[in-house]
Amino acid sequence: MTHEAMAGSMTAIPAGNLGVVTDVSSDKQTFQVPWGKAMMWIFLLSDTFIFSCFLISYMTVRISTTVPWPNPSEVFALSFGGEPIPLILIAIMTFVLITSSGTMALAVNFGYRKNKKVTVMLMLATALLGATFVSMQAFEWTKLIMEEGVRPWGNPMGAAQFGASFFMITGFHGMHVTAGVIYLSIIAYRVGSGFYDRKKGGNYETVEIAGLYWHFVDLVWVFIFAFFYLW
Amino acid sequence: MAYVAIADRDHEQHLHDPQSFVTKYIWSQDHKIIAIQYSLTAISVGLVALVLSLSMRLQLGFPDTFSFITPGEYYQAITMHGMIMVIYLLTALLLGGFGNYLIPLMCGARDMVFPYMNMLSYWVYLLSVFVLLSSFFISGGPTGAGWTLYPPQSVMPGTPGVGGGIVLMLISLVLFIVAFTMGGLNYVTTVLQARCRGMTMMRMPLAVWGIFTATVLGLLAFPALLVSGIMLLLDALAGTSFFAPAMLSMGEESRHAGGSPILFQHLFWFFGHPEVYIVALPAFGVISDLVAVHARKNIFGYRMMVWAILSIGVISFVVWAHHMYVSGMNPYFGFFFATTTLIIAIPTALKVYNWVLTLWRGNIHLTVPMLFVIGFIFTFINGGITGLFLGNVAVDMPLSDSYFIVGHFHMVMGVSPILVIFGSIYHWYPKMTGRMLDDRLGRIHFWCTLFGTYAIYLPMHYLGILGLPRRYYALGDTSFIPDSAQAMNAGISIAALFVALSQMIFLFNLAWSRKHGKPAGGNPWNATTLEWQTPQTPPVHGNWGKDLPVVYRWAYDYSVPGAAQDFIPQTMAPEDVPRDVGSTYDGREGAHA
Repeated sequence: MTHEAMAGSMTAIPAGNLGVVTDVSSDKQTFQVPWGKAMMWIFLLSDTFIFSCFLISYMTVRISTTVPWPNPSEVFALSFGGEPIPLILIAIMTFVLITSSGTMALAVNFGYRKNKKVTVMLMLATALLGATFVSMQAFEWTKLIMEEGVRPWGNPMGAAQFGASFFMITGFHGMHVTAGVIYLSIIAYRVGSGFYDRKKGGNYETVEIAGLYWHFVDLVWVFIFAFFYLW
Repeated sequence: MAYVAIADRDHEQHLHDPQSFVTKYIWSQDHKIIAIQYSLTAISVGLVALVLSLSMRLQLGFPDTFSFITPGEYYQAITMHGMIMVIYLLTALLLGGFGNYLIPLMCGARDMVFPYMNMLSYWVYLLSVFVLLSSFFISGGPTGAGWTLYPPQSVMPGTPGVGGGIVLMLISLVLFIVAFTMGGLNYVTTVLQARCRGMTMMRMPLAVWGIFTATVLGLLAFPALLVSGIMLLLDALAGTSFFAPAMLSMGEESRHAGGSPILFQHLFWFFGHPEVYIVALPAFGVISDLVAVHARKNIFGYRMMVWAILSIGVISFVVWAHHMYVSGMNPYFGFFFATTTLIIAIPTALKVYNWVLTLWRGNIHLTVPMLFVIGFIFTFINGGITGLFLGNVAVDMPLSDSYFIVGHFHMVMGVSPILVIFGSIYHWYPKMTGRMLDDRLGRIHFWCTLFGTYAIYLPMHYLGILGLPRRYYALGDTSFIPDSAQAMNAGISIAALFVALSQMIFLFNLAWSRKHGKPAGGNPWNATTLEWQTPQTPPVHGNWGKDLPVVYRWAYDYSVPGAAQDFIPQTMAPEDVPRDVGSTYDGREGAHA
């Protein structure tokens, strides 16, 4: 065996399952991705556990409380012309957030094409949609607190845990979105100012790392929507 | 275009050598300095917890003697002792300290992948320690809810520290989790993505495997503590009722209604049981390396050791409710959790057998680290076997909440990892400082610690079987407890004082040897792993000088037949290996593959 092979040099990776084994057991790096991307994936795995714990806890208290649970369709309804439309605001919010995932995906694509200007525009559009989402959430909170009288410790419609879970889970998710808006703005600024052209030889892979986070926050919302608003 | 590993890309390496004292030793991004900062902070806060345990022992051994320990203070001492020891000492020292120091050095990296985040991790950890300790100085003092912080009593009037103590404790835990996450992401990514050439996963020392797996467990288990902490904080501050059901407290209806106390226990132990292995797995890994170095023999069953670490990691997520047998649960659940608990004993026992088989017919050097290794193996078997009692629902019921439990978990999770920590400090101190710790003081420290801790914890098993409940301030005149139990309690307390005092020998040794120890040289133990092959001792910023090391073999080429030396460093190429005259050995790595 040659010296090179003993040291486990980067040789051609075989196809199929054997390739997976070779990849994972190779030297230097297990996954052929940048450090930041690997770290983001691991962080998101950890964050998945946080949101899972939140949602499971919410389901548990919803079951354990002896007081009836308020009907989300009625609580989260908005009236237009005297006719209440259930979940209309939530539907719009969800649409906005899903749309922002689309602009984010496009931003990643244009980032890899090294189209600086379009990348920045798409990232800013994503951040703007995210900010819109948070603003609508602020409106929703205001309406619940001011008009419906929902408080963390109680509400007129039923179980006290309704308000507690709602403010905790949507608040925690809203903080994620807010952090994401700031994060996207910083990365967009760095792309625009040529930071990555100087530091990384024109490599915009950081855009994709920010995209991973953004899609994750979006995906979590789908679960919150399903388990909190539709159940 | 072939993918270029990041470690090989020049422009990705940001190694600015620190210039001033402040950037070099205080706001340092160097993993070795951060490791030492973590270790010193953890040991300091551990000493606080040690003093707290002494105050409890004084009360238990000699009740009605010390007026300065009130029942409230006793509970506060219990709570803070447990939480500090488990989280702020053991977790921080094993992952923040050893993880930071060993991972880049043992994997052949120049630093952690994101040094700045690594630095933040330490400073947030330090902040969490300050927040925790600040609760001693507020009115009402720290929380006295027991280290498990079970609601509703942790947020109800009557419990010490219900005003500010519990809030500061929870905030401190949240900060600790933030700090751990920043560090932990670094450890995992460094192990996965920043190894040097030739260092495949299956050539890594088991210490790295243990720390790596424990960090993954931490990243997946701490979320449950974070969530339960946030919910408990809301219960305490915002008046929510996640965990508190409707109840009467001191003749008044509480403001809570409809919460689930059992939910907190599930969340807490979903974190709490993996936490046991977050502490144990790094200890398992480190001990595997120490036993091979000091017995001059390759670790027995390297692959099985790796698989055992990984399977322990996986199974540790499905055993948590064995902490809750008396909380009430469906008998089928009890059956399930008892079964998984006993299954996890299989890979654990496999590791113990492999350590013993590594010793078997090895060239055992009874150095100070080796003494601690052997002490650990005995202690771990002791603690593990009592764990089998507690894993069974029917046997656990009468033993639960007695001193048997206290004896069990102090043996398996207190003394065992602490022995590993001592052993590894004796082992790696020469690399950190360039000087050996004093051998004679080390031996005295070892024997005092080993016999002293056995004198504390073995009798506790008897007390538990007699039925002594744990966490009681005083036992009073309880008819089923014989008078001799009090004599035994007094004996335990004297042993505890003795053990605490003998740790001063160790602290003195640490400080004294820094200046006056025997110069160690680069590789005093003749070890094979990469951290002993650095160009300088202690290693400088960047660890490896101009070129990263290249690895040709696994970490355990000790006493290879035909080789002239009894160890072959991982960096030695096959053709460079000195061979015995007439030997047919071709210099390749050992036959584990």
